[in-house]
Amino acid sequence: MKVTKETIEHVANLARLNLTEQEKEKLTTEMEDIISYVDKLNELDTSGVSPTAHVIPIKNVFREDEAKASYDREKILANAPSTENGCFKVPKVVE
Amino acid sequence: MELYELTAHELSDLIKDKKASAVEITESLLNRIEETENKVESYLTVCKEEALAKAKEVQARIDKGEAKSPLAGIPMALKDNMCTEGIATTCGSKMLENFIPPYSATVVKKLAEEDAILLGKLNMDEFAMGGSNENSYFKKTKNPWDLERVPGGSSGGSAASVASGQAVFSLGSDTGGSIRQPAAFCGVVGMKPTYGTVSRFGLVAFASSLDQIGPLTKDVTDCALVLNAITGHDKMDSTSADIQYPDYTKALLNDVKGMKIGYPKEYLGKGISEDVKKAVLDAIDTYKSLGAECEEFSLPITEYAIPAYYLIACAEASSNLARYDGIKYGYRAAKYTDLLDLYKQTRSEGFGAEVKRRIMLGTYALSSGYYDAYYKKALQVRTIIKQEFDKAFSKYDFIIGPTTPTTAFKLGEKTANPLEMYLEDIYTVSVNIAGLPGLVVPCGKDSKGLPIGLQLIGKPFDESTLLRAGYTFEQNTEYHKMRPQI
Amino acid sequence: MEYEVVIGLEVHAELSTKSKIYCSCTTEFGGEENTHCCPICTGMPGVLPVLNKNVVEYAVKAGLATNCTIAEFSKQDRKNYFYPDLPKAYQTSQYDLPLCKEGYIDIEVEGEKKRIGITRIHIEEDAGKLMHDEWETGTLVDYNRCGVPLIEIVSEPDIRSAEEAKAYVENLKAILEYIEVSDCKMQEGSLRADVNLSVRPKGQKEFGTRTEMKNLNSFRSIVRAVEAETQRQINEIESGGVVVQETRRWDDNKGVSYAMRSKEEAHDYRYFPEPDLVPIVLEKEWIEKVKEALPELPDARRKRYIAEFGLPEYDAGILTSSKRLADFFEEAVSKNSNTKAVSNWIMGDLMRILKEKNLEVDQIPFPAEYLANLIGLIDKGTISGTIAKKVFEKMFDSGKDPQVIVKEEGLEVVSDEGALVEVVKKILESNPQSVADYKSGKEKAFGFLVGQAMKETRGKANPQLINKILKEELEK
Repeated sequence: MKVTKETIEHVANLARLNLTEQEKEKLTTEMEDIISYVDKLNELDTSGVSPTAHVIPIKNVFREDEAKASYDREKILANAPSTENGCFKVPKVVE
Repeated sequence: MELYELTAHELSDLIKDKKASAVEITESLLNRIEETENKVESYLTVCKEEALAKAKEVQARIDKGEAKSPLAGIPMALKDNMCTEGIATTCGSKMLENFIPPYSATVVKKLAEEDAILLGKLNMDEFAMGGSNENSYFKKTKNPWDLERVPGGSSGGSAASVASGQAVFSLGSDTGGSIRQPAAFCGVVGMKPTYGTVSRFGLVAFASSLDQIGPLTKDVTDCALVLNAITGHDKMDSTSADIQYPDYTKALLNDVKGMKIGYPKEYLGKGISEDVKKAVLDAIDTYKSLGAECEEFSLPITEYAIPAYYLIACAEASSNLARYDGIKYGYRAAKYTDLLDLYKQTRSEGFGAEVKRRIMLGTYALSSGYYDAYYKKALQVRTIIKQEFDKAFSKYDFIIGPTTPTTAFKLGEKTANPLEMYLEDIYTVSVNIAGLPGLVVPCGKDSKGLPIGLQLIGKPFDESTLLRAGYTFEQNTEYHKMRPQI
Repeated sequence: MEYEVVIGLEVHAELSTKSKIYCSCTTEFGGEENTHCCPICTGMPGVLPVLNKNVVEYAVKAGLATNCTIAEFSKQDRKNYFYPDLPKAYQTSQYDLPLCKEGYIDIEVEGEKKRIGITRIHIEEDAGKLMHDEWETGTLVDYNRCGVPLIEIVSEPDIRSAEEAKAYVENLKAILEYIEVSDCKMQEGSLRADVNLSVRPKGQKEFGTRTEMKNLNSFRSIVRAVEAETQRQINEIESGGVVVQETRRWDDNKGVSYAMRSKEEAHDYRYFPEPDLVPIVLEKEWIEKVKEALPELPDARRKRYIAEFGLPEYDAGILTSSKRLADFFEEAVSKNSNTKAVSNWIMGDLMRILKEKNLEVDQIPFPAEYLANLIGLIDKGTISGTIAKKVFEKMFDSGKDPQVIVKEEGLEVVSDEGALVEVVKKILESNPQSVADYKSGKEKAFGFLVGQAMKETRGKANPQLINKILKEELEK
């Protein structure tokens, strides 16, 4: 599988990463190495094999619908880099 | 013998017999940390005052006959990806350098209920991604057997601290070998329990369907004691198994007579060092001599386990690590132009190279047009891996093999090529993919005097058989008594 | 050229559970910012979700009430995207195996019945709220709504006009209210719709390119947005342009929509099965039990009103359009069997006053029993119809029982014949022209004189008595 610089840029944008030109070049080679290697899986015929998302057979795990006390706001906001009026603060969002 | 050199069950006996107090033991451990930490560098946080205060409080209750757990008064430490209320939990990342959780992980609460003493938080590869601890943002932990070598990873601090007497036991987490590989490299006992056996609530997620917390200890008896404390159903974790949990100490029998043991030929094939291979074959001979039946068998899927593992783990990680965006907690870049730039700058500056590489791979594998070819394919291969193990377990009580192809490597030796580093996980990742328990016990040293770890792989929820086999091995060998000179 | 509009709706309804979908924080509306939060719903490192049992049951009820097939095996998935209102940077939702699929509801527009297909209903979590701060230097984030359970109801592209879209949402709202899974308060955002819309030349089979307008939270905005977007697309095509597939934001104040800027990555949500949650496997017997326990739905209730109370179809339709209104009606009817009068009062004065005062049915300040009492007062002849209308207004002001209002204000009909004869005599004296007109055969003049007499008594006179006395006096 050929990995292009454009692919790296697209994926980095999806993952919200800024990459320097150097990083892009390095990652292009490394990703191509790794992806060529994982393409090894194509040697296996998996038609008709169902995918396993959960390795142990658990189903129907539920909580009763009971409201309990929430946390103090100070605790929720304590680790935030920027807050204002009891809220998390971010740069202005433009829709 | 100094107190810090002893196992948990030995110390527990001393406490019971009033030959040592929780405070004396804690002081011994804290002194040991002070003496050796500049060389080993296992800890990211040492909670000296809190530990001493807790030891005093626990001893008072031991004296009143209230604190009866075998772990009461035993000093231990936690990998820094388990949330501790009021104590920094960094995951070895710049991203969480200043993060102080407002809540504690279920395992942290369970150990507190047992009156174990928390000494501090241990170094790790950033977000548990790596096999050498070189991916920690803060420091590089050293292997206590040779300070120029890595302790393994990602639970490197957990293994190095126990091996060097800086903690009586520790907890690590294992996503693809992160408990077992450092346990092997540092010559201690490490157990990755069956997926769902130990609550993940409060464990900072790397790959949710693979992560599992487990103990690193000085011997198998301690492993059973710690398992008793940390396993159990947790309502806060939907993937926690709601089963009857056994008393693991009941499995500590010196007897493997008539047991059927399989060893996969793919685990002793190309790539393995001669020293490791010899130690594993010697261990097989030991089991044979004790009356077990040992047989070679084939696990042909082995070579596909690593690609499947990296796809599943990285895909889940790319989603799990998306929450580190500089808004709610953790690092935020100093300079940014707008919201999009805030995200990108924060994540680019806050994450290290390996974490970014895996986020990139995982994002790619899940992105539009590639899902079926990569992620879904990997989940299908997972089904096949699980089936091959099921088949093996219809014949064998457990499986035996090496933990790693080589012993501990030198710092900086393998940082240049990430793919090469990934291939080191060949013997460990299948266990996570299939959700099985895996126990590592020391089984020898190589020509350089570095420890070698024997890996025992069990049926789901059959930790007891592994403990019994590990215990029997210990009772008939001396490897678990090896201690490094620092 | 003549065009046809093709519309599909995605309706989001917040479920009225006590606690959030994956944690125990309250779902209560309002509250100080970030006070209905915990590490789980704010996505702190290490937390895990556990699914609220009632979310599954409520969603299954909604599915059964809209004729869906309930999946016996269902799972939850992660929808990944970065936005400040989404603390985990993924929304837990359902992708390829939703809880409910392939249902329908029936609507009626201008007397024509039509069936609108429902593609699927799935469960998911709501996001937080963004607010601009005072100085416009940034945006503030409140996670109180984050993790409130939602169902998303996706329709087939079966809708062909703004009126049909409105009727569909109205019916859906009524159903969700009837089965009590959502309080559907559009002004609080607990029911909102995304509109997918395209146009095509009439007769063409293929769909045109569609746009999506998000978060419309009133019937008025749905209708206006559909009309405006239809026209915009037609204009675009007529002027030789093409419709671009995009997400647009509807500005209800200005009556126009704008293309949203955050479209650059073409929505690559990278869905994958949520590893922290396990599959939902429902047994047939359980589904059957839920189905049997469903309350009467709007359609059945409408039919019953026609059969049981003999109401016209139109009236029955209006009365059952909202559960609260229908409950109000039935409560009143249980206290006063004059069904026709109860229906007329609700359809007439009640609805008018609600509209004038901008109130919802559950904000009526008096119990349905008082309406029954009011009708009782008219039927017994204690007050006149004219006075009753005034009393009804006063009931909205004070919330008092009409019997009390009538007593306190002395509004009973005057049936004292002696007193009324005096009133009539006075009226005849002061209106000689009308008397003359009546006598010359102009019947109209009689009505005028009745009116004058009623006016003199401020409407309290017994009208039958006034009629009788007036006739007698004029014959003299």
